[in-house]
Amino acid sequence: MKYIDEFRDSNIAQKIADRICAEVDPARQYSFMEFCGGHTHAIARYGVSELLPANVRMIHGPGCPVCVLPIGRIDHALTLALERNVIVCTYGDTMRVPASGGMSLIKAKARGGDIRMVYSASDALRIAQENPDREVVFFAIGFETTTPPTALVIRNAQACGLANFSVLCCHVLTPSAITHIFESPEVREYGTIPIDGFIGPAHVSIVIGSQPYVQFVEQYRKPVVIAGFEPLDVMQAILMLIRQVNEGRSDVENEFARAVTAHGNVTAQALVSEVFELRPSFEWRGLGEVPYSALRIRPMFARFDAERRYDLVYKPVPDNKACECGAILRGVKKPTDCKIFGTVCTPENPMGSCMVSSEGACAAHYSYGRFKDSAVVIA
Amino acid sequence: MGHGAGGRASAQLIEELFLAAFDNEWLRQGNDQASFAAPLGRMVMATDAHVVSPLFFPGGDIGCLSVHGTINDVAMSGAQPLYLSASFIIEEGFPLSELKRIVDSMAQASRAAGVPIITGDTKVVERGKGDGVFITTTGVGVIPPGIVIDGAGARPGDAIFVSGTVGDHGVAIMSKRESLTFETEIRSDTAALHGLVAHMLAAVPAIHVLRDPTRGGLATTLNEIAKQSGVGMELDEAAIPIASQVDAACEFLGLDPLYVANEGKLMAICAPESAELLLSTMRSHPLGINAARIGTVTDDPHGFVQMRTRFGGRRMVDWLSGEQLPRIC
Repeated sequence: MKYIDEFRDSNIAQKIADRICAEVDPARQYSFMEFCGGHTHAIARYGVSELLPANVRMIHGPGCPVCVLPIGRIDHALTLALERNVIVCTYGDTMRVPASGGMSLIKAKARGGDIRMVYSASDALRIAQENPDREVVFFAIGFETTTPPTALVIRNAQACGLANFSVLCCHVLTPSAITHIFESPEVREYGTIPIDGFIGPAHVSIVIGSQPYVQFVEQYRKPVVIAGFEPLDVMQAILMLIRQVNEGRSDVENEFARAVTAHGNVTAQALVSEVFELRPSFEWRGLGEVPYSALRIRPMFARFDAERRYDLVYKPVPDNKACECGAILRGVKKPTDCKIFGTVCTPENPMGSCMVSSEGACAAHYSYGRFKDSAVVIA
Repeated sequence: MGHGAGGRASAQLIEELFLAAFDNEWLRQGNDQASFAAPLGRMVMATDAHVVSPLFFPGGDIGCLSVHGTINDVAMSGAQPLYLSASFIIEEGFPLSELKRIVDSMAQASRAAGVPIITGDTKVVERGKGDGVFITTTGVGVIPPGIVIDGAGARPGDAIFVSGTVGDHGVAIMSKRESLTFETEIRSDTAALHGLVAHMLAAVPAIHVLRDPTRGGLATTLNEIAKQSGVGMELDEAAIPIASQVDAACEFLGLDPLYVANEGKLMAICAPESAELLLSTMRSHPLGINAARIGTVTDDPHGFVQMRTRFGGRRMVDWLSGEQLPRIC
């Protein structure tokens, strides 16, 4: 594939790996957090960690949209599908996220709930137009990447006076999640997560630009390198982080310059602020309530807000007690530190959200990396 | 509904549509069963229920698919397929013209394969209780003497092959799904593989394992074999043939082509000393032109299927859990 294979070239990968090996200080440990699930997936799928020296450790961050979706929000979608006879449209991997009482959207579908997987928000709008006698709700999740399309369909729905369409808005914000990790006691006080730097989001940064990260590096003195989702992007970003650490610098650098600018997609930002406003607080799975970390629909678009339309009241639901997703999402624990990893909790039967999407730290390790946990003889 | 009630309308449908298309000496006898002479040797029987949406897709339809699918299941034992049965569950109101297209496609596929459909059944269900048409086919065949092919037959050191590009069928189907239409020239690879199997066995009778990687794709099939045989596998990602359009569609949709269905490909495992001969034999058959050696069986009590990535790393190729769902980012 043109423009893609170039970013998966094994010869270049080996060259970057050689540079990394040559430049790391063998006397120290390097711990970097990749914020995005897209990076977690790329690292696992292409076997990037195999190419890194033993003293470079990647910590998987909370940037997996389905992983941070709290149970209470999925319960809302389930209520709409099963009790209000609504057509619920949702992105693919949201279907399997475990909710209350062992339910999930995929199980609700098997029980007769009309739940449809869509590839884009505009597909949900089309379903509403094609089914004028049914109520259609788009279950809108994700970071800044998926927010502008949701804003656009809300505006379009208003423009064409669509009466049977609304949006269950669960969009969250990347910068507040990064702040939350920096402010967590494990990072700030105990130093139990020694984060030396961040690989900054790819697609999110296309929308928000590189500027928002400047405050982090100034405030927390940790380098951020924005990187694309291809494996060579990740390798190059790791090399750039190592150089910053070695030189004692904390800068925002942009490896993904082919797509990310300083100020991002200003049109998309304007669209988002026209339709959405900040929520004072929002529960994240694993991180708990995070102030000003999510968006809700502005009052002028209230008729398209499913929370208002169906009088949904948010009830937080605690995760399974044995599940370590919270600590894993904050980088405090590794998937293999969890007692139920790979035994009770598997991709077939996920207990925690990190086991759901292949972007989740647990699912990525289970599906792509668990062979490393046991000695294997190659014939 | 009258067409399935067993009365005159049923008889008319059977005579004018099915008999006319499948015409052979067994069906002409008009009995509720077909009787045939059983050849000597080990018999094989396989059955497969076919439900596919859409019913017509680039490169095929449910009709030829239902013939190829069962022939392939029989052939993966090394057997020569002999006869097929077919049963139809048809939703009330399903257009006769479409049914005729499907039946004609089955007839053509069965004739081309030399495996006649010798008995069958038809039922009609109320509207809304079926999805157009469901077709179940059963096949019988006979295994030539000396051939022992078994999913438990893989041994450490064995070579693993695939007969051509993977993921074509699944991508062709997906491109026509209502919710996901996209333009592609990819066609389903649906094909009867017994000719290729016979060609391979003529050169290398001691093939250890054969299987067609249908639902769940190549990855799922390899995991099944690893489990059945109690071995591991080591694949070379760069060696696995994938059509560039399939690769691009999967990239776009967030899917892994190794988990996408095939209907005209097989996976084979044989001892390393026969590897070169088997590969050149496969490549000399029209259905194996793009055959490739994709890996090696390993000694691994965990049964892990591992892969050297094209990127230079290593990862597992695990069982598919549930349906493959696209990622959001």
